[in-house]
Amino acid sequence: MSATAQTTQTSWTVETRTRTSTLFLGLAALLVIVLAFAPFYASRSLIQDLFFILTMLVLAQGWNLLAGYAGLVSVGQQAFVGIGAYAMFGGVVLLDLDPLVSILLGGIGAALLAIPTAFFTFRLQGAYFAIGTWVVAEIVRLTVAQWKALGGGTGTSLPRSATRDMFGLDFLKETFGFKTSAATDVITFWLALFLAVATVGVVYWLLRSRQGLGLAAVRDNQNAARSVGVDAQRLKTVVYLSTAFITGLAGALIYVQKARISPDAAFSVLDWTAYVIFIVVIGGIGTIEGPIIGVLVFFALQNSLSSYGSWYLLVLGLLGIVIMLFAPRGLWGLFTDRTGIEIFPIRRRLSGGSSENSGG
Amino acid sequence: MIWVDTIVQGVLLGGLYALFAAGLSLVFGIMRLVNLAHGDFIVMAAYLILVLVTLLGIDPFLAALISAPILFGIGWLLQMHVLNRTLGPDILPPLLVTFGLSIVIQNALLEGFSADSQRLSVGQLETASLALGPVNVGVMPLLTFVSAVMVIIGLNKIFYSTSLGRAFRATSDDAVTASLMGIRPNNIFATATGIAMVVVTIAALYLGTRANFDPTVGPARLIYAFEAVIIGGLGSLWGTLAGGIIIGVAQTLGAAINPEWQILAGHVAFVIVLLLRPRGLFPRAVD
Repeated sequence: MSATAQTTQTSWTVETRTRTSTLFLGLAALLVIVLAFAPFYASRSLIQDLFFILTMLVLAQGWNLLAGYAGLVSVGQQAFVGIGAYAMFGGVVLLDLDPLVSILLGGIGAALLAIPTAFFTFRLQGAYFAIGTWVVAEIVRLTVAQWKALGGGTGTSLPRSATRDMFGLDFLKETFGFKTSAATDVITFWLALFLAVATVGVVYWLLRSRQGLGLAAVRDNQNAARSVGVDAQRLKTVVYLSTAFITGLAGALIYVQKARISPDAAFSVLDWTAYVIFIVVIGGIGTIEGPIIGVLVFFALQNSLSSYGSWYLLVLGLLGIVIMLFAPRGLWGLFTDRTGIEIFPIRRRLSGGSSENSGG
Repeated sequence: MIWVDTIVQGVLLGGLYALFAAGLSLVFGIMRLVNLAHGDFIVMAAYLILVLVTLLGIDPFLAALISAPILFGIGWLLQMHVLNRTLGPDILPPLLVTFGLSIVIQNALLEGFSADSQRLSVGQLETASLALGPVNVGVMPLLTFVSAVMVIIGLNKIFYSTSLGRAFRATSDDAVTASLMGIRPNNIFATATGIAMVVVTIAALYLGTRANFDPTVGPARLIYAFEAVIIGGLGSLWGTLAGGIIIGVAQTLGAAINPEWQILAGHVAFVIVLLLRPRGLFPRAVD
């Protein structure tokens, strides 16, 4: 109806960025640079805390992409953390690779595991899918526990010779005078920072792309999305495999830093899935900002309540339930509803053109 | 001969898994609610029985009888005031809320009862056995299996020959239309969860008398229960028993070959069945 009217006006453009978001992205870039120099002014325990926060953030972004955007509610992400960590150990112990090179093996191993897993679990819908992923993780845990070369059920440690000769270690020690153990923490911290920034970047890029629009359409109404030509199955498979890859990398990196592995720890549903789910739910599922807020809240809770033992988990569980029931879009959802601020906006808006038709 | 014995033990173990699964199957069938805290409810009920046994010095069977109405009440209240809020087309809220509940129950039990493993004692019954044809079977495993069959017969009776069951089926088929006919879906759901918790109490009795338990064993029971439900097919209680038996037999066969393969064999059987029949063996309801 207004098509003829609009062609005479200045052209409309579809944008996702807003002025605030550009400002905040600039601030975020500054924060990343400040963090990158952290090893030169921060204490070693702070570096380790930051490492923990960053790796949990990577896992949370991955799960958020799966559950919040692709509708794949997985309770089995520990399968990819564990297999990533074990593939890294395999590379170091059996193939004599450098731990840092071996981290890549972790990502590849997890992505390879995701292929048969997807073949099996994608036949299951909704809740069946959740249980299916959990069963797969249990199968992988029990199978890996039979792998005697990597310590079987009791696990094993990274050989000291491998960690001592890790790539870049000598350079750091000679140039900046770090001790061996501190230099290992610095290298893993930088890798975690890189991985976290890359993950957020890739997720943001994906969601703003055509594929992201397709994903949102599939999440909102799968049948309607398919009717306009969105290949839901293919999109979900791509998301599932890439999340497995990222999760595997994070798992491998976490265990380079830990340097000691056992099947029960590496495939722990509590550490690698329950915590991650709470982080995403508390922060706000289906947003990129949510997991970032969530991981900070999670860390603060853990630090202040960890001396109370199981009370800490009890509080975390209750908080998750309350938020899911009364504020299903999480803390970030509450914030953004009141302020309208979005740091990583992915909704498309029209700008330019006539002012009387603007908005939407 | 040893194989016959192994399979018979597996079938009886399947009875235990069917008991774990029956309550889950009921709730899942009626309101498509996935209760990830089901295993932890079983453990919680086992602790309740233990407390009654210790405090009152009574027999576990009697303690279970007293626990059943208490757990019915807990289930009813939980469904009415918490879980009903999560029902809807989106599967995320019920999954995440029950997952949170699972963590809360585990840690509350840890806080209250420590991580020490416990056991319900039934005296001589524990070691008693019967010669059943060529194989000897324990009285407790046999009793578990018979209880599972009775529970399933009872649930089917409620489901297919009472007005409550008609309301269950109507709400399961179409909650909106059922509510037009004067049924209150929220009450129906709460009653269903209450009944499921009575089954949970029976499951807890056998969980506690047949093996040690501690606050962390819930999730593993949940997985066995879910495997049994999914293998059996949505909404079929006899299917759930068949599913439990398949998991039980696979586990005992696996354990007979290598003790470390017991749990793994059960999971692998689940995967194989689902690859062949994605909707389970005897699906009744349509998703």
